[in-house]
Amino acid sequence: MTDKNIEIAAGYDPADNDKIRALFPLIDDSTAYLDNAATTQKPECVIRALAGYYEHDNANPLRGLYKLSVRATEGVEGARQTVADFIGAREAAEIIFTRNATESLNLAAYSYGMNFLKEGDEIVITIMEHHSNMLPWQQVAKHTGAVLKYVDTDENGRITPEMVEAVVTDKTKIVSTTQLSNVLGWENDVKAFAQIAHRHGAIMIVDGAQSVPHIRVDVSDIDCDFLAFSGHKIYGPMGVGVLYGKRELLEAMPPFLFGGEMIDSVTRFGAKYSEIPHKFEAGTLNAEGIIGLGAALDFVNQIGIDKIRAREDALTAYAWEKIKPIPHIRILGADDPSLHHGIITFTIDGVHPHDVSYILDTKDICVRAGHHCAQPLMKQCGVFSTTRASLAFYNTKEEIDRLADELGQMRAQMGYDR
Amino acid sequence: MSSTFYNEILTEHNIRPFHKHPMEGANFQLEGVNPSCGDDIILSLKVNDDGVIEDGAYVGDGCAISQASADMMLDLVIGKTKDQARRLADIFLRMIKGEVTEEEKQELQEASVLQDVSHMPARVKCAVLGWHTMEEILNGKNDMEA
Repeated sequence: MTDKNIEIAAGYDPADNDKIRALFPLIDDSTAYLDNAATTQKPECVIRALAGYYEHDNANPLRGLYKLSVRATEGVEGARQTVADFIGAREAAEIIFTRNATESLNLAAYSYGMNFLKEGDEIVITIMEHHSNMLPWQQVAKHTGAVLKYVDTDENGRITPEMVEAVVTDKTKIVSTTQLSNVLGWENDVKAFAQIAHRHGAIMIVDGAQSVPHIRVDVSDIDCDFLAFSGHKIYGPMGVGVLYGKRELLEAMPPFLFGGEMIDSVTRFGAKYSEIPHKFEAGTLNAEGIIGLGAALDFVNQIGIDKIRAREDALTAYAWEKIKPIPHIRILGADDPSLHHGIITFTIDGVHPHDVSYILDTKDICVRAGHHCAQPLMKQCGVFSTTRASLAFYNTKEEIDRLADELGQMRAQMGYDR
Repeated sequence: MSSTFYNEILTEHNIRPFHKHPMEGANFQLEGVNPSCGDDIILSLKVNDDGVIEDGAYVGDGCAISQASADMMLDLVIGKTKDQARRLADIFLRMIKGEVTEEEKQELQEASVLQDVSHMPARVKCAVLGWHTMEEILNGKNDMEA
């Protein structure tokens, strides 16, 4: 990380937000980027880490015996330790690099689910899952004969441990839930869910794609068996994701992908696989992405995840105050901004979300419109599609004002009430 | 592009459509869907033995562009022959590609307000949904026979 980035990140003061915004080359005051749950913008230090890798350290990591390859290996393994420390893993070997949270969840589903589940076993997920934590389990159920069961939300978009307890049985082998809904902003008590799962002899998998960037996540405290997240939602590059898994489980699981750099020895008809984590990392790694993710986590550590959360909670409360009173707007989920973690998903009576998003785009305000890869949840909420504004700590009250002003005029622009 | 794209003609066809209702006596019906954004219409036409579109209607759910475009299309094609409707569809689809003359555009009447979609790649599918669905009907596709 450059000295300037370290210094500014370490001294981050929400009252002087412009200093941190200036570290993000793509962010300026002309465009209000409010789609952070889809992906975040990248600070200079991350962009520079990517270029720096190719300018100074590029070789195939874990293979070459020469100094350059050793440096590439050290970069990757250093980032692995950074990730392990960031999420409270006991050791770096429990960190597997993937392309994204989706691939991480597929790895767990294919390697653990397909091999260790059988007919009559149960998989429990929730209705608020992103499709990436739903479709892999549909596949496991289909191929093993296991039963896929859902925990529904209550009418306020909440899921409590009691509601999970009511669905999990002694036949349940896997409980897999999101920690933070990408639509509702609701935080599941995954620590309590893990206790329920373990009491019934099931493993607990956490989709941390939305939680890891925004709240403190400690896998040892949660005591989950797996946790998946993506680098690009936490200021890192696209194309790199993480699967954390407990050593005992990872060691018992067969590899997911087969090929180079995941073996100790190969014969004509067999192979002896490497130790974890390399057993699960076939093929040349996305070294620059991994190193970029390490740089992103260093940056977040300098600021402090708790400071980020406090800033985002304050922005969410402000956005709530501005948007909630607008006539004809309905916000999905809990009726309390402190339970939304920067995510405000809403409908406007009579105005289709794609028109909302388009009109906002003409004012250079970026929001997401659609089903947010959560069609079953949309159906349960009784809506077809919605508009979502999602905040990051670098957003400003001025950006929220711009959004609220436009939303206030939206129905009139679409020909209502005139 | 300014949001004035949503002018009065477009918004009126969206919130007070003439032809958005279930229809009795149709002999052609087809569903058109944009899977990526969820726009969905079911288009019904009543075509007589002389090949004249005597009546038409649609039901559906989607953005203002998809819904208003279908409504404006029906305004144009009701009372026309299948060949005339095909020709209008061809003009409309070329307008969206930016390949239309001023004279041709005049023939589209109110539907010509959607010309700016030619500069809005993300919304092209919305604008052409109704027209594509009608073209498929005119080429013989019919859910009523399924």
